[in-house]
Amino acid sequence: MAIVTPLKTAAEQQLVQQYADSKAELPGGPAVRKLREDAFAGFEAKGLPHRRLESWRYTDLRTLLREARPLADGVAVTAAVKARLDELKLEGLRLVLVDGVFAPELSTLNAIPEGVSVQSLAEALVSAREDLTRILAGPSVGNDDMGLALNTALMRDGVFVAIADGVELEQPIVIVSLASGEEERAVFHRSVVLAGQGAKGSIIEVSEAAGTAAQQINGAIVFETADESEIQHVRLVTRQQGATVEVQSLLATVGAHAKFDSFALVANAGTVRQQHFIRFAGEHSEIGLRGVNLINKTQHSDVTLIVDHEVPHGISRELFKTIAGGESTGVFQGKVIVRPHAQKTDGGMKSNALLLNDGATMFNKPELEIFADDVVCGHGATVAQIDGEQLFYLMARGLPRPQAEALVLQAFAGEAVEFVADENVRELVMAEVESWLKAREAASEVSTV
Amino acid sequence: MVGFVPTIHVFLSNAQVVDARHRAEHDAAEHWTRTMLEIRNLVVKIADEDKQILNGLNLTVNDGEVAAIMGPNGSGKSTLSYVIAGKEDYEVLDGEILLNGENVLEMEADQRAAAGIFLAFQYPLEIPGVATMTFLKAAMNAQRKARGEDELLTPDFIKAVNSAADKLGIAKDMLRRPLNVGFSGGEKKRMEILQMALLSPSMCILDETDSGLDIDALRIVAEGVNALRAKNRSFLVITHYQRLLDHIVPDTVHVMSNGRIVKTGGKELALELEKSGYASYGEAA
Ligand SMILES: Nc1ncnc2c1ncn2[C@@H]1O[C@H](COP(=O)(O)OP(=O)(O)O)[C@@H](O)[C@H]1O
Ligand SMILES: [Mg+2]
Repeated sequence: MAIVTPLKTAAEQQLVQQYADSKAELPGGPAVRKLREDAFAGFEAKGLPHRRLESWRYTDLRTLLREARPLADGVAVTAAVKARLDELKLEGLRLVLVDGVFAPELSTLNAIPEGVSVQSLAEALVSAREDLTRILAGPSVGNDDMGLALNTALMRDGVFVAIADGVELEQPIVIVSLASGEEERAVFHRSVVLAGQGAKGSIIEVSEAAGTAAQQINGAIVFETADESEIQHVRLVTRQQGATVEVQSLLATVGAHAKFDSFALVANAGTVRQQHFIRFAGEHSEIGLRGVNLINKTQHSDVTLIVDHEVPHGISRELFKTIAGGESTGVFQGKVIVRPHAQKTDGGMKSNALLLNDGATMFNKPELEIFADDVVCGHGATVAQIDGEQLFYLMARGLPRPQAEALVLQAFAGEAVEFVADENVRELVMAEVESWLKAREAASEVSTV
Repeated sequence: MVGFVPTIHVFLSNAQVVDARHRAEHDAAEHWTRTMLEIRNLVVKIADEDKQILNGLNLTVNDGEVAAIMGPNGSGKSTLSYVIAGKEDYEVLDGEILLNGENVLEMEADQRAAAGIFLAFQYPLEIPGVATMTFLKAAMNAQRKARGEDELLTPDFIKAVNSAADKLGIAKDMLRRPLNVGFSGGEKKRMEILQMALLSPSMCILDETDSGLDIDALRIVAEGVNALRAKNRSFLVITHYQRLLDHIVPDTVHVMSNGRIVKTGGKELALELEKSGYASYGEAA
């Protein structure tokens, strides 16, 4: 029998209890059950990720989660949830999760395009799909991550979307994940998107709170995209409570001659850890990972990614822009791995941060692990203040300082936003950026470094 | 805030004075040739260095006057223009800068712009990601707001820009690019004059606008500037060479050396300098 290491913190002990209490009713057949068991065994051995682990160095989940909140287990369709869904401007097939549970009655299931199938994750987990556990596991580079392992053990629901070969979506598929926020809850959800050969389309994920209670959110989305597919993923983490702790994992396995792009905006959130585990499974593909992090007050945004060039002729680009004010903390840890036979890899990684005052902090850690000799890879990381010369130029033309700063900051963020391919979505993202900057301008906040 | 805000509206390069009400009130109380800009005993150092650059500079520019400042490299010409425009990297140790009788040293750069100061930069800044048109509109509206006027309507704005751009030979596709990004030196200078035309300032400072311009561009830019000359608009034309002053003929010429105005004369002084050089004013030959 395995010896279980005693877990130290209250939250860890509570998680053990929660898993024991709920594992019988969490969805899944024997194979999924085994997946959960293995994942949880890993957690029991290692505990919550903490700062002594390189990949969690700047986001110490063990300290952040003093207590594990009760697991959310039902759909709470509150007035606030409905109101927020009414306001949401995104067009396309809408799939709604409330507290991590799929809510078909709030989704627009009559708008499912031809060639697209949608199930709840709970349904998919009990299905007889043979490839289910392989799909759920995602790229191997994420396998020892305990944030993800907890998701695997405790995932309750989500959506399982399959886009058939050759299908080109005219409108995005929008997965809206709302926290009802009446009470403090822990939410574990996972969604899966399978894109068939030559499939094209956008998947938008929105993670927001409708209510005011802080949440512990652990979300994951798994992409498996086949050869010649072109998939865009956009994630908006906005309108979360400041005390909410959110871990979002993005897993992608990308086929040959394919394009996969992901863009994530974090604005007006609490503590957000995004982790991307991305694998090139086929040659001649292009992967782009980008994002904008707008943080203020004591907010915290961590983007940690691993891109695994397992095959030759892959192109990867990463571009993250962080604007940090108040006492906020930004983190970028990017690792690009080029395996020994992955010749002709072309990788470029950039993280740029602007600090708006002395209280803000940015940790940048780009890394290349290159085992092939015929590759072109580069990275750049900058931490700077708003350019005083640019500001003076704009002010000398009559723009008051807050407005001049907003213009410079908007341009800075815009360099990443412009990669969002869908025009409507791009405009929505830019509008979110502008409203964040407007709020700052209205408060007459100006940089003080 | 700004005490005196000129409400002189000049319609682009036609220099038509639409409303000189405030100015008229001012004029009534003063001598006929009013002083636009008066600088008294200006002593300036670099803010975070022990390096003094302006050493008790005195200068007066009257209404409608075109004053040239000539001087060797490093004499402090750009510093003077920055300090007038309100750049923060400098510390004013002594002296005053009065615009229409009001000390501007307490004002932020945007307030000085609203008060009528315009600096055409020696090295205009590139601002990636900011569309030129977005910037022009923001600048025009910011100044209108400071004067308590409504925002420009978009069609009026576009008309104004197009007309001014035409006169300066600025191609439409330049206006579609991010501000100054990838512009040639000459294009950047034209863009400065375009902004000057659109913002209708009363005190225009041109810092080495001639550098980087070929002779045709120089002529176009000079015509643009000349078209803006008006009774209630003054110019401080900073240049190292006499060439620009063939095209923008100054009323007065000041020689600057070692952070001071050391000689003042008429336009013939520029020709003199062209011949003798700055050697006698402290520049190594
Ligand atoms: N921000 C600065 N920091 C350090 N030295 C400066 C700065 N600005 C100007 N200077 C110095 O001050 C002197 C005057 O410069 P400047 O005003 O640019 O002269 P000009 O425009 O007449 O060539 C030069 O010696 C220059 O190197
Ligand atoms: Mg100079």
